[in-house]
Amino acid sequence: MTTLGDSFLTAWQLVADADAKLAGIVWLSLTVSLSATLVACVIGMPVGALLAVGRFPGRRLLVVLFNGLMGLPPVVVGLLVYLLLSRAGPLGSFGLLFSPTAMVIAQAVLVTPIVAALTRQVIADEWTEYREQLRSLGASRARAAATLLWDGRFSLSTAALAGFGRAIAEVGAVMIVGGNIDGVTRVMTTTIALETSKGDLPLALALGFVLIAVVLAINAFAYALRGWAERRWG
Amino acid sequence: MDAWLTTSGLGLRESGKHIVEDVSLALAAQRIVLLGPNGAGKSTLLRLIHGLLHPSSGALRWPRNLTQAMVFQRPVMLRTTAIANVIYGLKLKGLPANECVQRAGAALEHVGLPHLAQRPARLLSGGEQQRVALARAWALEPELLILDEPTASLDPASTREVERIVGEIAAAGARVLMTTHNLGQARRMADEIVFIDRGRIVEHTPAEQFFSLPQTEAAQRFLKEETP
Repeated sequence: MTTLGDSFLTAWQLVADADAKLAGIVWLSLTVSLSATLVACVIGMPVGALLAVGRFPGRRLLVVLFNGLMGLPPVVVGLLVYLLLSRAGPLGSFGLLFSPTAMVIAQAVLVTPIVAALTRQVIADEWTEYREQLRSLGASRARAAATLLWDGRFSLSTAALAGFGRAIAEVGAVMIVGGNIDGVTRVMTTTIALETSKGDLPLALALGFVLIAVVLAINAFAYALRGWAERRWG
Repeated sequence: MDAWLTTSGLGLRESGKHIVEDVSLALAAQRIVLLGPNGAGKSTLLRLIHGLLHPSSGALRWPRNLTQAMVFQRPVMLRTTAIANVIYGLKLKGLPANECVQRAGAALEHVGLPHLAQRPARLLSGGEQQRVALARAWALEPELLILDEPTASLDPASTREVERIVGEIAAAGARVLMTTHNLGQARRMADEIVFIDRGRIVEHTPAEQFFSLPQTEAAQRFLKEETP
């Protein structure tokens, strides 16, 4: 019991002192996951919008596919990206394996279907409301998709948020493609896994606190943003 | 007077049911009001004419292509300012930016809302939103303005304002084709009445004749029921 109590105390100490090692890990986690979320939004949101308003063969199949891929297991994504980036793989010549870039790629692959599927839902709801008006004004489907993406920007923050939550919290993919190298590719989740298995609970706990705080803060921000947007734009 | 639109045998079936059936019309008057009971197919006919729906049979013939704009029962506003909503319609027509702004401002002026130009459109009242929708339509300088029960959910003051605006758009030369449930409005707005019942055209007569001497039993019954 005392060890657990001590661990908590030391953990708080680390957070309060903004311990350099801790800060480095948190910073890497945030940059990797935010970059991955950004990439996922840039790809996933237009794809989701086109799935919502488009009419082309195979659309339903793609919708089902993206919905299914929302539950993609991180370790499998990690393995696939590993195979792509490994020296013998098709993208091996770039030498990206075990780098933060590899981690961004893996998380982007993991998160893009989530962003696309949630975007499709938001835009499909808007499309039922706006469809006739936009077609009456002569908007093409691509133009309508762009309009609805902009119009639904605040609702879409939820999709981005869900993607980020998934990225920052996953262990499997970054562990495999990043390799959990101290000071280079070690992020919050992989450190927690490693330190816990080594029995160094304070650092693991401190990172756990930070991880939860980050997720809560970002949720609170998104909630506030949506509330503001609702009052501002209706 | 030459017809600006003729339809021949126009029909729309949905899941085996006729929504609109065998509509053959020659529309020549400037202001035409479609009347009929709920579910008669009025809105569907408007959408077929506007091109939002494709007929499953028959055809539309436009002697000359008319630029159109449509105003719906419930105005659809984008999450931006009132004026940006008007500009959006103009931008889709490919007009240069400064002309869009100028035309949009003038249109808001016409509908009496220049002071609300920078307000978020979705936070305006229902009547104000409908007037922004009319400004959006007006700015496009349509040759045919189609309105689907534009005042159905508005209070009397807003209704009068909408009628005034539609009247001015007509005065500027646009043909007006609209539906309404408000018989007073139909009397005020219509040169001709097209009466539709169960998807079929029952009467197509000058307005004063329709209200004083309806030809068919269905129209007589409708006028009796709808008159307060």
